[in-house]
Amino acid sequence: MVVLAQRPGYYGRFGGRFVAETLVPALDELSAAFEQIVRGESFQQEWRSLLASYVGRPTPLGQAHHLAREVDPNGAFLSHLWLKREDLCHTGAHKINNALGQVLLARAMGKSRVIAETGAGQHGVATATACALFGLPCEVYMGAEDVARQAPNVGRMHLLGAKVVPVESGSRTLKDAMNEALRDWVTNVRTTYYCIGSAAGPHPYPEIVATLQSVIGEEARAQCLARGGLPDAAIACVGGGSNAIGLFRAFVQDEGVALFGVEAAGEGVATGKHAATLGAGRVGVLHGSKSYLLCDADGQIQEAHSISAGLDYPGVGPEHAWLKETGRALYLSATDDEALQAVRRVTRTEGILPALETAHAFARIEDVARGLAEDLGRPVSILVGVSGRGDKDLATLLRRLS
Amino acid sequence: MTRLARALSRRKALIAYLCVGDPSVEESVALAHACIRAGADVLELGVPFSDPSADGPAIARASQRAIARGGGLDATLRVAEAIRADEPDAGIVLFGYYNPLFVRGERRAVREAAEAGVDALLVVDLPLEESGPLRAAAAEAGMGVVPLLAPTSRDERVVAVRRASAGGGMPFVYYVSLTGVTGSADVDARAAGGRAAALRAELGLPVVVGFGIDSREKALETARAADGVVAGTALVRAIESGADPAARLAAVEKLVRELRAGVDEA
Repeated sequence: MVVLAQRPGYYGRFGGRFVAETLVPALDELSAAFEQIVRGESFQQEWRSLLASYVGRPTPLGQAHHLAREVDPNGAFLSHLWLKREDLCHTGAHKINNALGQVLLARAMGKSRVIAETGAGQHGVATATACALFGLPCEVYMGAEDVARQAPNVGRMHLLGAKVVPVESGSRTLKDAMNEALRDWVTNVRTTYYCIGSAAGPHPYPEIVATLQSVIGEEARAQCLARGGLPDAAIACVGGGSNAIGLFRAFVQDEGVALFGVEAAGEGVATGKHAATLGAGRVGVLHGSKSYLLCDADGQIQEAHSISAGLDYPGVGPEHAWLKETGRALYLSATDDEALQAVRRVTRTEGILPALETAHAFARIEDVARGLAEDLGRPVSILVGVSGRGDKDLATLLRRLS
Repeated sequence: MTRLARALSRRKALIAYLCVGDPSVEESVALAHACIRAGADVLELGVPFSDPSADGPAIARASQRAIARGGGLDATLRVAEAIRADEPDAGIVLFGYYNPLFVRGERRAVREAAEAGVDALLVVDLPLEESGPLRAAAAEAGMGVVPLLAPTSRDERVVAVRRASAGGGMPFVYYVSLTGVTGSADVDARAAGGRAAALRAELGLPVVVGFGIDSREKALETARAADGVVAGTALVRAIESGADPAARLAAVEKLVRELRAGVDEA
């Protein structure tokens, strides 16, 4: 049985708090506020009430009959395919669960300004949305490359009243946006709340994000039990890993539920142009925590590559590193092309347009089901975390699938 | 007394930061010699890192240029070795981010640094709580690890540094003058110097001040109360604006002399 975080801020040997001294007191303050406020009753009431009335929770658990039969026409290895529909959340992805919670926390801590980093723009939109709801000024750092490929989300953030700051340094993607957000925070630390969207960053961020996203798995687990029993496996895409950890945590103690994360293999892991941090990376320290990352022998961070901006990150949350190391979760990958084919397939069979990030999880369903069915000697049921919808990806999809 | 302690005790110290490899590894050696000629007591040799999230735009740009020109941990150690061969008395501090040291392996990194003539390590994203393994490795090699304190550091963190310093291996403390990144413009030099003096009284260690010290006046204001000042971004900018090696060398030497004059006047 797996034991959660043994020493404060650590998941096994992963996690910690590797930041400039200036930020350490702010992280202490945040840890204390997290324990007192987020775990407190009044916060939970307000947050849960907003999740119901504003986000649209609980999100449905649906069964993908047609997709299941297309993957396995005779029901030889896949009996049930369950979809946890985070794509139906307000703003189109699971990111709002965390953003609402953290912006509520920022308000309770008396912070007058919120900053965030974003890759695909979903966390930026979610944070801008929560800030609009509570009347807080919001600035979102976004790699210039991502600003270009996720234009609809940039427009949405502007409409929501947020300032979007394109980041031109480095690879001009999510990691550089995070560097820039850290620079802002170290400068304005006394007044500003930094709302991190991934299950990454220095302690206590991975724990805050995982706690707030755990609503996904808690709901899904109860919904599965109400519909006949736990699945044989849960599968989710992994960039930084927030939706995956949100889904996994509820099932970690259920030994009969295998956990699979799917990273972005980009143009193929062998080409070097990928974001398969857990699959092909090494242990190191980036953005405040010790985890797997993509870096060279000199310790320089390498650029990640993925068609999906939300997975295009050379790091991964420390809890995933630990789930990998303990063997509790297995991490696979899917290429850009496989993700694109999965988008087409899911959309045509189920009438659901998944985000490109989410499509990576769909791309591995067949392999996971086949392997597991072979091990168990019977067809298996699989739960997929549908982390977001693909409207934001239309330009990419139309270009690549035409 | 260690070499670094001697370098810091002769007079109010001037510490010069260079991003090694910007504009080239070879030129970094010449620029480092120029710094010492012009009055720097200690060199901070910056190991360029791909994701320098505690640095402002000038050092971030320099880091990118340096990495593109072959900069990194190995190159920085080669530069340290070259400087040490000619400068037996200068203090040399390896300055950078944690990942390059962690990936190399802390014990190996410390050993290689010691062999190259480095006196101490300063790791900007390694707060005291996380620095146990590195400090242990450094202690074995007789090398120092420099802790940082910032305007946001409350009493308990100062106490933690004092406790950790009891075991030795802390040649000085680096006080970050402001809440911000390197090269920020709005430093209150006099206040930062005053805070450094208070910290020295409490810690019994030399306290130097860095971030935003870019002129003779600011060096003077800071050094009135502090044990020394660090200039980094100003030097990086001088290098950035020099058209050729001779111009860069002249610009760096001129700036270091000005800063030296400010520190000496304090």
